[in-house]
Amino acid sequence: MLTAYIQGVGILGPGLSDWTAAAEVLRGSSPYAAERTVLPAPLVLPPAERRRAGRVIRLALGVGAQAIADAGVDAHALPSVFSSSGGDGDNCHEICTTLASRDRLLSPTRFHNSVHNAAAGYWSIAYGCTEASTALCAHDASFGAGLIEALSQLAQRPGALLLVVYDVDYPPPMRWTRPIPDAFAIALLLSRDGAVGARPALAQLRLSFAQQPASSVAQAELEQLRRQIPAARGLPLLEQLAQRRGGSVALDYLDEQRLRLELDL
Amino acid sequence: MSPLHLRHFTATSALGCGRGATLAALASGGSGLRRCQFETAALDMYVGEVEGLDEVPLPPALHRFDCRNNRLAHLGLAQDGFDEAVRASAARWGSRRIGVVIGTSTSGILQTEIAYRHLDPQSGALPEGFDYHHQHNAFAVAHFVRQRLALEGPAVSVCTACSSSAKAFAAAQRMIAADLIDAAVVGGVDSLCLTTLYGFHSLQLISAEPCRPFDAHRDGLSIGEAAAFALLERAPRELDDADVLLLGAGESSDAYHMSHPHPEGAGALSAMRAALQSAALRPPQIDYINLHGTGTPSNDNTESRAVEALFGVDTPCSSTKAATGHTLGAAGALEAVVCAIALQSGLMPAGLNVRTLDPQLHINYLTSARRVRLGRVLSNSFGFGGANCALLFGRAH
Repeated sequence: MLTAYIQGVGILGPGLSDWTAAAEVLRGSSPYAAERTVLPAPLVLPPAERRRAGRVIRLALGVGAQAIADAGVDAHALPSVFSSSGGDGDNCHEICTTLASRDRLLSPTRFHNSVHNAAAGYWSIAYGCTEASTALCAHDASFGAGLIEALSQLAQRPGALLLVVYDVDYPPPMRWTRPIPDAFAIALLLSRDGAVGARPALAQLRLSFAQQPASSVAQAELEQLRRQIPAARGLPLLEQLAQRRGGSVALDYLDEQRLRLELDL
Repeated sequence: MSPLHLRHFTATSALGCGRGATLAALASGGSGLRRCQFETAALDMYVGEVEGLDEVPLPPALHRFDCRNNRLAHLGLAQDGFDEAVRASAARWGSRRIGVVIGTSTSGILQTEIAYRHLDPQSGALPEGFDYHHQHNAFAVAHFVRQRLALEGPAVSVCTACSSSAKAFAAAQRMIAADLIDAAVVGGVDSLCLTTLYGFHSLQLISAEPCRPFDAHRDGLSIGEAAAFALLERAPRELDDADVLLLGAGESSDAYHMSHPHPEGAGALSAMRAALQSAALRPPQIDYINLHGTGTPSNDNTESRAVEALFGVDTPCSSTKAATGHTLGAAGALEAVVCAIALQSGLMPAGLNVRTLDPQLHINYLTSARRVRLGRVLSNSFGFGGANCALLFGRAH
């Protein structure tokens, strides 16, 4: 069975600015205050790259930075797995608009930012990290797909790994056919043996496939986000971590399949 | 890593449909590059187009997936009895125990590009029939392959630009090693679209002529399209002499620039080193290298430095991109199949279109095909964002 330790958490979403604040809401000790997702400036990037970084880069780098800070690990030698249901929707819309225009003059920066692994690329540049990094997509199952890849990487070698699952909303007209309401991301700093970083692991995780209903989150507006945004399908796991509660949780995966996660705290 | 058996494999590209056509073209030095007449592209370049894709019908039950990329996947799966081999594997292991890992860079984006030319003049809405989920999304192709083959295991698209489908082999290998699955349909499918034609053109990375990897006057790449697949399983104890194994995989990041490779090829070097390490092999044990070899001045320069640093200047190398075009997200899988064909047939394919070998590049670049028994071969794939992957294949005996 695949297993890993959760060493650090990052979260960015509507009304959710970091893990500490989000954990309060998920525990029920603070009310949820809905507001548009606030994306931090990617100060970790060199100035030239910073200028080119769109919302999806700020989202992925911002949430990843939270997770490494939470765990107290150095990103320099950290392999990473990035997973997103749609990548950079703003950039995709601009490219398709340009290609539908008469002159079709595409900006070179727009083109190289259009690759699904743009966030992974900018992350590696930001931290000078030459370890392996991958970028995945499994549509609505992208959270589960990222988790499977992360845990199967850890099964093959010791140490730590960063998982970043992120989605930004598309502008119209793509938004009408893919109605993701806002930017949302979860990052997990995972390790194989629980012995990395500045403090003990938050929990041990065991993953298996299951056929059971997906777990929901108690807070109604967050449950709404879970249903609307693929990256938010991981919220039940974060709720359990916030409540310091062991036991199992089921996350949406492909079709009727779920990922069953057993948590030991 | 434990070696994996390529129980079956197939490729469809501008060289033709299936292994036979691919081998025949590689052996005779044929190229699929033709002057670009694709869709509405008005660009002075050559492309490696798969002919007849507009006439490939999808099964009625899968009509929602209809787009160029999934048609290419469908055509590719039908070659060499690949789909029957997967069915046999599913009967043996169970459909839930077979994963699908497909590399792609642009999936069905062409459908969206066309849809944006037909927005509703009043509302601005996308035209009826546009299906984001089944056509545009990067997962659409993996989803299509999974449904087309009636598989129920884990599935994912790997999207690291031009190393996507090389990394798909590495990801599938991990899933098998973790015992999540017993077999994997792994591959790459990428098709021509305006985003990549105009995009690479905007970066001034496309040649106006058919690309000339490792030529002294090379001036850019030629884009192609392909669908290539392998059925990976744990290596059984009994193997035929002709059986091909995935022996190793290595991955690294450049951490340098989004669209320029590291000037000394540091990322390429560490990916190749990692592949050798995972297979517990040393550089002299590699008989042939299928290079990434895009034909851009900087790729061939940095890749050559990296290969020379690790292997010296004797190991025979070539790029097959002057034959197939650079098939982007499908290149890793296409060139994996080229390596498997090379191992089985003892053919080291020629690097085509070279008039004068670049005297600055010292590696042993083959400008004519060579017949020799091959034991182990390496394949390089490097992508935007500095995403590198090297795969190692070998004969069973």
